[in-house]
Amino acid sequence: MQSARAFGLALSAIALSAGTVWAASGGAHIERHHWSFTGLGGQYDKAQLQRGFKVYQESCSACHGLSRLSFRNLFEAGGPEFDEAAVKSLATEWPNQIVDGPNDDGEMFERPPLASDPIRGPFANEKAARAANNGALPPDLSLIIKARTVENHSSWPLHVVQMGKDVLSGYQEAGADYVYALLNSYKGSEPDTNGMYVNAAFPGGKIAMTPPLTVDNTVAYLEDGQSAPEGMTVPPSTVAQNAEDVTAFLAWASDPSLNTRKQIGWQVMIYLLITTVLLYLGKKQIWARLKH
Amino acid sequence: MAQHESTYKPSNNFGKWMDERLPVARLVHDSFVDFPTPRNLNYLWTFGGILTFCLVAQLVTGIVLAMHYQPSADEAFNSVERIRRDVNFGWMIRNFHAVGASMFFIAVYVHIFRGLYYGSYKAPREILWILGVFIFLAMMATAFMGYALPWGQMSFWGVTVITNLFSSLDSIIPGLGTSIVQWLWGGYAVTGATLNRFFSLHYLLPFVIIGLVILHVWALHVVGQNNPTGVEPKTKADTVPMGPYAIAKDAVAMFAFLIPFAWFVFFLPDYLGHADNFTPANPLVTPPHIVPEWYFLPFYAILRAIPSKLGGVMAMFAAIAVLAFVPWLDRSRVRSTKYRPVYKWFFLLFVITCLALGYLGSKPADGIYVFWARIFTFYYFAHFILVMPFVGLLETPKKLPNSISESVLGKSGGGGGDTVPSGATASPEKR
Repeated sequence: MQSARAFGLALSAIALSAGTVWAASGGAHIERHHWSFTGLGGQYDKAQLQRGFKVYQESCSACHGLSRLSFRNLFEAGGPEFDEAAVKSLATEWPNQIVDGPNDDGEMFERPPLASDPIRGPFANEKAARAANNGALPPDLSLIIKARTVENHSSWPLHVVQMGKDVLSGYQEAGADYVYALLNSYKGSEPDTNGMYVNAAFPGGKIAMTPPLTVDNTVAYLEDGQSAPEGMTVPPSTVAQNAEDVTAFLAWASDPSLNTRKQIGWQVMIYLLITTVLLYLGKKQIWARLKH
Repeated sequence: MAQHESTYKPSNNFGKWMDERLPVARLVHDSFVDFPTPRNLNYLWTFGGILTFCLVAQLVTGIVLAMHYQPSADEAFNSVERIRRDVNFGWMIRNFHAVGASMFFIAVYVHIFRGLYYGSYKAPREILWILGVFIFLAMMATAFMGYALPWGQMSFWGVTVITNLFSSLDSIIPGLGTSIVQWLWGGYAVTGATLNRFFSLHYLLPFVIIGLVILHVWALHVVGQNNPTGVEPKTKADTVPMGPYAIAKDAVAMFAFLIPFAWFVFFLPDYLGHADNFTPANPLVTPPHIVPEWYFLPFYAILRAIPSKLGGVMAMFAAIAVLAFVPWLDRSRVRSTKYRPVYKWFFLLFVITCLALGYLGSKPADGIYVFWARIFTFYYFAHFILVMPFVGLLETPKKLPNSISESVLGKSGGGGGDTVPSGATASPEKR
């Protein structure tokens, strides 16, 4: 009796969840966004990563570090590819200094970062970060895109179909989709009595992070009076555009070898396909010696 | 090794000199060139070679990774990130190793199901099969400890949950479970000490697997390969020499297998892992869902399907241990399921059961998921304990072909009048 009811429940569950449902652990619906780096041939858009770094620098770096990245990564191939000299001068002006030492007097000292130093956040340690942020810890962003995902809550037949589609199309951008949705899902910019902000994309719906991008507070891509560099179009600075660019930048930060990886991937694929076909033809020749 | 007559002829004086002192070349020739293989093997029989490749690939990439990895609670996560970012082609080696573990399990599952379908465990291949079960167990232990090494959130909590299972043994002998758990942990909690011993064992166990694989291949070369008909080779016409025939086929399959392998390595390197493992281990924060790697999911579903903790642990281990008894549980007169009109439907149900348990293992352990996990857990064991003996006894198998060559060439060609490749002999063991 009970099993019959459970079976009926299972059937109706399958029938009801006709659409694919995507949700962060909390339950909100997360849209898939189109990224330049998604799919089998996707690559980072250099201009977008450069804009994204500017958003990180002006909006995120006040609280969040990027400490698995070094300044040198900013001018290396496959990333934003800023000018080397510009990055080195940026490093010398970076507000978060590197603790070094001890010097000849046995004292520790602070110095500006070199190209080989990590992009540190402003807080000396977790306690300091929590103390300055109402008890919440702004996470380091170097791996944030890889460390977040969107759960598939669809019924099992759809789940299986979606998995197959994702494997064939090379989709693993759920982390970027989530962060993009998070940055776009603030409802109002006033905290509640506990200092929490309403954000539908965040599990539980309330987040400690102050809205980093608001309509009145976007990151401008061009200084006042500056015009776009020749041959480049600079998109308008909207919340959505800022969010997209900084998410792309953070995606690169968590997976800096993506460009090379996918390029080599195709070479490997072509090599394997040709070799498999040749081996198969060779095998046919060899087996043709036998009577079938 | 194999008992067929050696056809090795040294081609030069050095070969002759060597052959009289240490006949390695003769061993290789007899075991991997002139070894008779049934001529009707299909591509499912290429997975032994593929698995050998997987083992070697894991060893090579693993040894290189160990040159850069630091097994300490403070540095393990950072060192894996340095491998991904700063070691030349470190990302590729790390992806190859991480994806390689999954591919190893895909191949071993195909290999196991092939053995189950064609009755490759039946006499005289019982020891061959049991060695395989031990290899599977060693692989699972190695993979479990390997997943701990990046020391991310899922590493840490996976280790915590699975090692804690042993504490349920306290309900048999008080203190036994607790002692085992403390011994596994190297302390009173999962710490860097646990990580260090897991790293040590993760490096050791693959060499144990190599030893088991050598025995597995040895046993195979004594009894010879099974084949899709399940009929033993009788005449020279039933077999072809491994070189070049089986080797040519193995090579095609291995490169074909490398295509999905490389697909994941280069296009979806983190698809088979968990996002939580990109957050460093934190004993104070439990992830919302603690889920093992996909290849453990069916066993995880069985663990959680049983209401008692001890019962769940015993069922999980029994699910693997029962495989070792399959040679005696199956009472069928024929080997191959191809000739078993009733059992083949039960076999299909068993495959569905394993896939369903895998899916259920990835879901939270509540409501409808537990209900279905119990149903499928029941069938998982019923298949071995009820279906295998009773369907085997009651079923009337279809008529078997008289010989392998008859099944390939039809009735007329069975007489052995066709061109027999030189060097091919009949069954390796003359019974």
